[in-house]
Amino acid sequence: MSSYSPPTSAATPVVITVSASARWLLGAALFALVLYYFIGLDQGAVSVFGSDTHVHEFVHDARHFLGFPCH
Amino acid sequence: MEKKLILRGALAGAIAGLLSFLFARIFAEPQIQAAISYESAREAAQGALDKAAGLPMSHGDHEVFSRAIQANVGVGVGIILFGTAMGALFAVGYAICLGRTGDVRPRSLAMLVALAGFLGFYLVPSLKYPANPPSIGHGETIQQRTSLYLLMVLFSLMFLVAAVWLGQRLQDRLGNWNAALAAGAAFVVAIGIVMLILPSFGELASNRASYGDLATETPQPLKGADGAIAFPGFPADTLYAFRVYSVAAQAILWSAIGLIFAPMADRLLEPARDHRPGGERVTR
Repeated sequence: MSSYSPPTSAATPVVITVSASARWLLGAALFALVLYYFIGLDQGAVSVFGSDTHVHEFVHDARHFLGFPCH
Repeated sequence: MEKKLILRGALAGAIAGLLSFLFARIFAEPQIQAAISYESAREAAQGALDKAAGLPMSHGDHEVFSRAIQANVGVGVGIILFGTAMGALFAVGYAICLGRTGDVRPRSLAMLVALAGFLGFYLVPSLKYPANPPSIGHGETIQQRTSLYLLMVLFSLMFLVAAVWLGQRLQDRLGNWNAALAAGAAFVVAIGIVMLILPSFGELASNRASYGDLATETPQPLKGADGAIAFPGFPADTLYAFRVYSVAAQAILWSAIGLIFAPMADRLLEPARDHRPGGERVTR
């Protein structure tokens, strides 16, 4: 609860200080961006597994439907 | 606290993804199948034309996963993981906004952050580069299309954050209502300029060279040597239905994230609000 600071003004009850909770906030953001990359982008314009297309083909329909550009 | 918020956000995102997948499975898959059937029939027609013209025939690509896997499992895994990712990012945004965006109740803030996610990650970028079913999109432009799409996502998110900041700054001078309107107008103008500057997919150099003066990559009718239409262009109704369902699926995803997260946030944060020193519970 180190990052839990009591309310100072009439604003919202809890203010999360970004510096104290950076580990969780950054970790979650990174996790989300990696997922976003693999679902939306990998093995299209860029690829971490070379010319393999398994990720791309597996989530193929989701990629189209979620609005990402596809082949 | 941030840990609790993020785990709840990711959970809300996964459930929202499941709902969105159910919608996609029922409504989108028939359209995707129609688009793939169009693509196959078009390739066959192209092959016949090439053969008649004495050109070498192009061969189709082999399947890595069957259509059944793609349409039932792949799409589900994809959308649920996407929902989880968006839920986690939503929670990060929520945690940062908490207490920094004025006197908003925890559950109202959840709906506002979800709305921002819907606009920034999907709706605004899709106004410029809408979702396309299979058979729309040329392989040789995937790099440029991906970069342009990500640019639109990035600008939408950046301008949304800037608009919220601007609204806060103007609040003292203009009051809540007018500050919100001014910030919203600034967002529309800024993103409108970006949309005007970025090219549409049809305007990309390689598309201009191969396909001529078209706005998009949507397949045009195939014409035979005599100039008569040998195979129709992409069916407009399929494209329309696919795009409407795509918007609907994202609307379901983001509203579910907001609606599932809101009561959890309320339970998590409202006790702190109740025991505020010297203040009684604010109801509105």
